[in-house]
Amino acid sequence: MTATLIHPLTGFIEKTFVITEFELRKLRHDFTELITRALQPALWLVIFGQVFSRNGAMHTGNIPYLDFIAPGILAQSVLFVAIFYGINVIWERDLGIVQRFLASPTPRAALVLGKGFSAGIRTLSQAVIVYVISLLLGVKLNWSPLALLNVLVIIVLGATLFSTFSLIVACIVKTRERFMGVGQVLTMPLFFASNAIYPIAIMPDWLKTIAHLNPLSYVVDALRAFMLAGGTSALGVGRDYAVILLTTAILVFIGARLYPHLAW
Amino acid sequence: MSEPVLEIKALTRRFGKFVAVDALTLSVKAGEVFGLLGSNGAGKTTTIKMLVTLLPPSSGEASVAGFSITSQAVDVRRTIGYVPQAVSVDGSLTGYENLLIFAKLYDLPRREQQARIREALEFMGLSADAGRMVSQYSGGMVRRLEIAQSTLHRPQVLFLDEPTVGLDPIARDAVWKHLADLRTNYGTTLFFTTHYLEEAESYCDRIAVMHLGKVAALGTTKELEDSLGEGEHTLNDVFMHYAGGILDSGGSFRNVSYERATAQRLG
Repeated sequence: MTATLIHPLTGFIEKTFVITEFELRKLRHDFTELITRALQPALWLVIFGQVFSRNGAMHTGNIPYLDFIAPGILAQSVLFVAIFYGINVIWERDLGIVQRFLASPTPRAALVLGKGFSAGIRTLSQAVIVYVISLLLGVKLNWSPLALLNVLVIIVLGATLFSTFSLIVACIVKTRERFMGVGQVLTMPLFFASNAIYPIAIMPDWLKTIAHLNPLSYVVDALRAFMLAGGTSALGVGRDYAVILLTTAILVFIGARLYPHLAW
Repeated sequence: MSEPVLEIKALTRRFGKFVAVDALTLSVKAGEVFGLLGSNGAGKTTTIKMLVTLLPPSSGEASVAGFSITSQAVDVRRTIGYVPQAVSVDGSLTGYENLLIFAKLYDLPRREQQARIREALEFMGLSADAGRMVSQYSGGMVRRLEIAQSTLHRPQVLFLDEPTVGLDPIARDAVWKHLADLRTNYGTTLFFTTHYLEEAESYCDRIAVMHLGKVAALGTTKELEDSLGEGEHTLNDVFMHYAGGILDSGGSFRNVSYERATAQRLG
């Protein structure tokens, strides 16, 4: 009984990692992508962050604005990369790659989750660049191994969450043109209706409600707690993890249902 | 060569009001090379997609190696190989890596993976190119790699959708030589669709001509030619007789652009 219960689960985990390996092997052959992706967070921190911290317009409590925004920019770059991940799926559908994978005995959820994880690992280069720039700009970072591990886990999970959301959008719209349109429409509201570059406390009430429903707020909140020296969470780290994990699980479930439709 | 490995009973697929496959009934014996012929939009690709469990049928049933495509889809997927019409290997990986990922997905024992990959590469004449990026392969090599990828787990039935579309005659011959070897060495049943009549004539044990979602004619090349009555007939005459009539009626913009894109990528 136990054996039959364990086997599908280990099989599922194993297949998920095979799909992640498939995606990451591509990166090994061409890592220019990692370098170009690092540029955007650099610009946000150096230009936007510096200007707003000088202005002093943002009320961020006890911490300087640059310290406040650094985790927000990391979360933002995770979001921006992950939200367009679905375009790859459409590309693979226009070739026959999606069809080929779906005709194999791999569990659908492993196909979806494996791709999500690979998006997560791709964002690690951005974490490195955000840390380096933050250090140069004098942001007080928390270097304890446990805190770093938590940051790592949160950005991988956050990227998994948003790339799976992106995959769901791709499964629904099915063409590159429509996908790019929808992606553009989604990115900015997700970013601005979150606590990434300003605290929820200063938002009007209607926006506060949206920010609380936005998973990005929980990613940012958890990053703020672990990334900064003396960092604190406004929403509660336990709640952050719970929201991120639960949302990811729901999205993977929906994604696994919709993904086979790409082959129709 | 006796037991049926593929049984199709009244298999039907509708898209809205359009009936793409209309109560298709067929049986294919183990080890047979079976060709599905038909003009654009005849329902060939839809049929294959249902048989490889990518598309659920609207009604009817089919079984592959005794497993139902509707209720035992995962078992079917373990038993079959599938080479879609479009390019299904990843150009940004090497040939070896493309095979390695599928060796893992099909649960080949870790100890056997390398030996199987080596054997598959050798069998398809790709050993020397295993370490090269697939984006540098020729069209024929891409197809052979796809066949290697789809047969690593020694499937009982290999489904191929237009396996030689976009290939030059020499590459086509090479692909067919390797497919014929698969049957000889492993007894793999081959079920494929094609537009090329001469291919069907040279390599198939039996042919079904599909027209408007139905089987219009079924048999060996000789049986089909004889079915037209007195006199000399070619397979071309058979095709015109059963699938002709309404000139250029089938196919959609998406199908045509898909096929041409594939031809362009492979060519």
